[in-house]
Amino acid sequence: MAEVIDKITAVQRISDIYEANLSKISSGLPDYVNNSRRSALAAFRRMGIPGFKNENYKYTDLTRLFDNENFRRAFKTDEFDVDLKDVFSCDVPEFDTHLILVVNGWYDEKNNPNASHPEGIIIKSFQKAVVENRDLVEKYYGKIAKAEADPLTALNTAFAQDGLFIYIPDNTHISKPLQLINILRSEDDLYVTQRNLIIAGKNSQAKIMFCDHTLLPQNFIVNNITEFEIEEDAVIDIYSIQNQHNKTANLIGLYIRQQQNSHLVTNAVSLHGGIIRNNLNVLLDGEHAEAKICGLALSDKNQHVDNYTFIEHAKPNCQSDQLYKNILDDSSTGGFTGRIHVAPHAVKTQAYQRNNNVLLTNAAKMNTKPQLVIDNDDVKCSHGATVGRINEEALFYLQSRGINEKEARLMLMFAFAHEVLAEIKVDKLRDVIDKLVNKRLRGEVSKCHSCALDCIR
Amino acid sequence: MLVIKDLYAKVEEKDILKGINLTVNAGEVHVIMGPNGSGKSTLANVLAGNTNFEVTHGTATFNGKDLLEMSADVRAKEGLFLGFQYPVEIPGVSMVNFLKTAVNEHRKYRDQPPLSASDFLKLMREKKTLVQIDSQLTNRSVNEGFSGGEKKKNEIFQMAMLEPSLAILDETDSGLDIDALRIVSNGVNLLKTPNNATILVTHYQRLLDYIIPDFVHVLYQGRIVKSAGKELALELEEKGYDWIKKELGE
Ligand SMILES: Nc1ncnc2c1ncn2[C@@H]1O[C@H](COP(=O)(O)OP(=O)(O)OP(=O)(O)O)[C@@H](O)[C@H]1O
Ligand SMILES: [Mg+2]
Repeated sequence: MAEVIDKITAVQRISDIYEANLSKISSGLPDYVNNSRRSALAAFRRMGIPGFKNENYKYTDLTRLFDNENFRRAFKTDEFDVDLKDVFSCDVPEFDTHLILVVNGWYDEKNNPNASHPEGIIIKSFQKAVVENRDLVEKYYGKIAKAEADPLTALNTAFAQDGLFIYIPDNTHISKPLQLINILRSEDDLYVTQRNLIIAGKNSQAKIMFCDHTLLPQNFIVNNITEFEIEEDAVIDIYSIQNQHNKTANLIGLYIRQQQNSHLVTNAVSLHGGIIRNNLNVLLDGEHAEAKICGLALSDKNQHVDNYTFIEHAKPNCQSDQLYKNILDDSSTGGFTGRIHVAPHAVKTQAYQRNNNVLLTNAAKMNTKPQLVIDNDDVKCSHGATVGRINEEALFYLQSRGINEKEARLMLMFAFAHEVLAEIKVDKLRDVIDKLVNKRLRGEVSKCHSCALDCIR
Repeated sequence: MLVIKDLYAKVEEKDILKGINLTVNAGEVHVIMGPNGSGKSTLANVLAGNTNFEVTHGTATFNGKDLLEMSADVRAKEGLFLGFQYPVEIPGVSMVNFLKTAVNEHRKYRDQPPLSASDFLKLMREKKTLVQIDSQLTNRSVNEGFSGGEKKKNEIFQMAMLEPSLAILDETDSGLDIDALRIVSNGVNLLKTPNNATILVTHYQRLLDYIIPDFVHVLYQGRIVKSAGKELALELEEKGYDWIKKELGE
């Protein structure tokens, strides 16, 4: 006798996981974090798994990914038996950073000795910060990344347990970059939820680097949300290097709120990954705030990289400038959506956007669209998008000078990519990333030079 | 040095070269003239290995080797140089990186070690003086934002850096002011040795005030229809191409 059972939907399965594990998820966390879970889950159920039906996820359908996953959830910190110093070494001695290690979404207490952090800065686990730094956290948590607006943010808010907390006090300038290394390492397929909160105080200055790595060849899904408050006059650079294997879905949401006169640079370099989705939300919430927003994505095989940006000009006299580039090989696919909203009273806004793409094969595909909603007349806005191929005339010119075709192609691709990398103002970091991109374009293993973690399998 | 026999070539199903015969020996300077669209640039590009053009018949040997078998970069490393009629701008590729790569690819081909950074800069300084190219230009991306004349000078500068045995200069004199024309011609003359040869494609006799050719050829409708000494250039300057067309029975 065959019984027909309705196939349970991914949304229902995830809701069931939530109900079954709620006590584990909530354990050790205060009410102001736990109380937002249920409404976030309801928001997630309402919006569903991000897919073609959701206008914001038109270019990245995650329904198959979620339908097919039955991955372990890391509800507590995994025992990570490796000493950071054993696996991490820097072969660029001059490139010196403050290292912070997060493993499977959990701040790694053992490998993050607090003493080594620069004076006055708080760097600790989200779990600890919500209790120990309640005055700071409660003011921002869930206020910059709103669960109702995005299914992945909702999902993260329902399941959030740990991640990274950084507080940079007012007037503090950190010259050495803070380098956050996100490591995925599991013997079985793993679903990771990570929640970060970073607060840059008034007139502070810092450079923060996110490095996303995989250590073992399992399937991974990462649902990572970062809330970032940049207060008045602060100058913040955020660099992210995404370098994970093809069985990883790296779903990243970065929410930034900028106050008056603050200055932001973001540069996301997607070197390698299965599915990469970067949601970047910048709210320019104080006059004369400036944001320079860049991204470079290199993809091959069946990789997919989708950058979605939403720049909200809420106050007058702000400036945003976006530059995104993709180089797509084989049958890889890419997406770029650049949403800009200029509020009615946000006069004297300057908002620029450019997206240039090179397809190396006929099978590679790129979707790109600007989405400008401008609610006043006193603005300067521009946008432009191109999808093209390697310039054959330039290729012949280089070859006619004795440079072989392969090298000439590389020179042209690198020249194309370098415009984005040139925006990295830390010389040593730019050199490191230049080299990585060069190696990646050459098809050599793109393992970070500066990292002994063997990421690519 | 270069022997072209009965060469036919087409582009996008259109026949352009229709039986070119030409022999160039070491130490010689050849000039190719001819009306617009007659196939001069096509010939230059075919010789340099531009795969947009398809050779349908004939042979070309360079120092005894089959030129048409070689890829463009190998032709360059064998000593052939094309000065482009329209040099392309390549944003993001710096002149220095471009030239260093090119020079070292040539050296590798000859089993020589790459030049050290300081030797390379020295070489570049020396050649810059020779062609009197503005120092600023070599700090930029290849041809990016260069004026028409600057692009042409840059071609001669690259030629000086690579020291080819056969240079084909496609209208390198067009768009040059009088001073630049003299400088470029000087460069060509200074680089001339008994072991190398030059093919100049030009529309103007004035270039020949500075560079004395051994032969002048007229290319018309894909064929070399007339060859003579330098006096032919003067005659063309004076009378145009009609009399040649008439001679051909048109
Ligand atoms: N890529 C191409 N596609 C189609 N036709 C082409 C192409 N390249 C050249 N041609 C044609 O081939 C013919 C010869 O062109 P070519 O550039 O060789 O002439 P040219 O003798 O150098 O002329 P000019 O003196 O104006 O430089 C022209 O009719 C031109 O339109
Ligand atoms: Mg021509």
